[in-house]
Amino acid sequence: MPETIEQHAAYDSKIEGNIIFTKVDTAINWMRKNSLWPMPMGLACCAIELMGTGASRFDIARFGAEVMRFSPRQSDVMIVAGTVTYKMALAVKRVWDQMPGPKWCIAMGACASSGGMYRSYAVLQGIDNLIPVDVYVSGCPPRPEALLEGLMKLQDKIAKSQSAVAHFDSEKPA
Amino acid sequence: MNTVLSILKDRFAGAILDHVEFRGEQTVIVEKAKARDILRYCRDELGFDYLIDVSSLDHLGTEPRWEMVYELYALGNGARHHLRVKYSFPEGEKADSVSEIWPTAGWHEREVYDMMGIEFEGLADHRRILMWEGYPYFPLRKDFPLAGRPSEMPDVAFTNRAPLAGGPFVTSPTSATTVHREPRSREMD
Repeated sequence: MPETIEQHAAYDSKIEGNIIFTKVDTAINWMRKNSLWPMPMGLACCAIELMGTGASRFDIARFGAEVMRFSPRQSDVMIVAGTVTYKMALAVKRVWDQMPGPKWCIAMGACASSGGMYRSYAVLQGIDNLIPVDVYVSGCPPRPEALLEGLMKLQDKIAKSQSAVAHFDSEKPA
Repeated sequence: MNTVLSILKDRFAGAILDHVEFRGEQTVIVEKAKARDILRYCRDELGFDYLIDVSSLDHLGTEPRWEMVYELYALGNGARHHLRVKYSFPEGEKADSVSEIWPTAGWHEREVYDMMGIEFEGLADHRRILMWEGYPYFPLRKDFPLAGRPSEMPDVAFTNRAPLAGGPFVTSPTSATTVHREPRSREMD
């Protein structure tokens, strides 16, 4: 047995012999949840906290979600950070529609979750009126820790999803 | 500062209806017919080279309904003078655009039109500025409900009523009970 294999392998190679036993779902979910690429839909002051979350002090990279893409086609989690006005609402929907699946949505802060303090003619009363939301983060604006907690909740949700089944179901002829 | 007032009173004797001084701020209430001339004179002769803001008031239930407010400021020669000019006019009339005097007034007047529905005589670009073209209401009017009204512009935008249960607390002066004075929400429709 060469010395190098033992040094570099994280598993017990003597027993497992370079083979990991797992479920397809678990493997896919593990890859997905640790490499979420956010679409930063920054619309108001929550976006400043989102930037803070991405910066060095809070470091969203610890959770594998540091690759903020400003193209919806390269993103898989939309973080709606801020007040969604009716004027902006269909644009947000359009960006969401351009994101490839599987995709998730975090409603960051009171406004994105429910309209917040804006019970107003101009503000959409929660982005869940237009797109499905996976995690709601409370706060006005939420602190970076709260957003990271929301991100971890989303990771838990992804870890529990039946990705392979969903994939093969979508391949079935109707 | 009172010299500005006396100059205006000399020059436009009949058109200066009233003036108010509050903590050093001067407000003159003028006749609508002469308003544009007075504002032009303020800029050309009195040095009010900076138009801070144009806004409007809705005195729903009293006549005349509309009131325009112009906030002027003099920056030149180290002077720091502020002057507020107001005039009122009834529903159905148009306001006078001052965008020829201060080009910046164009956007302010578009906002007044967008929010209040007051139209302007002589405004070249008479589009909405905050809401989208096709939005059917003027949301800052007093008879527009706080919660908004449903509307639909396909592929552009839609609006719905906001739920107001539980607030905001809109008070109104009345001798009736607290329930009437401070309802959970007040519907205007």
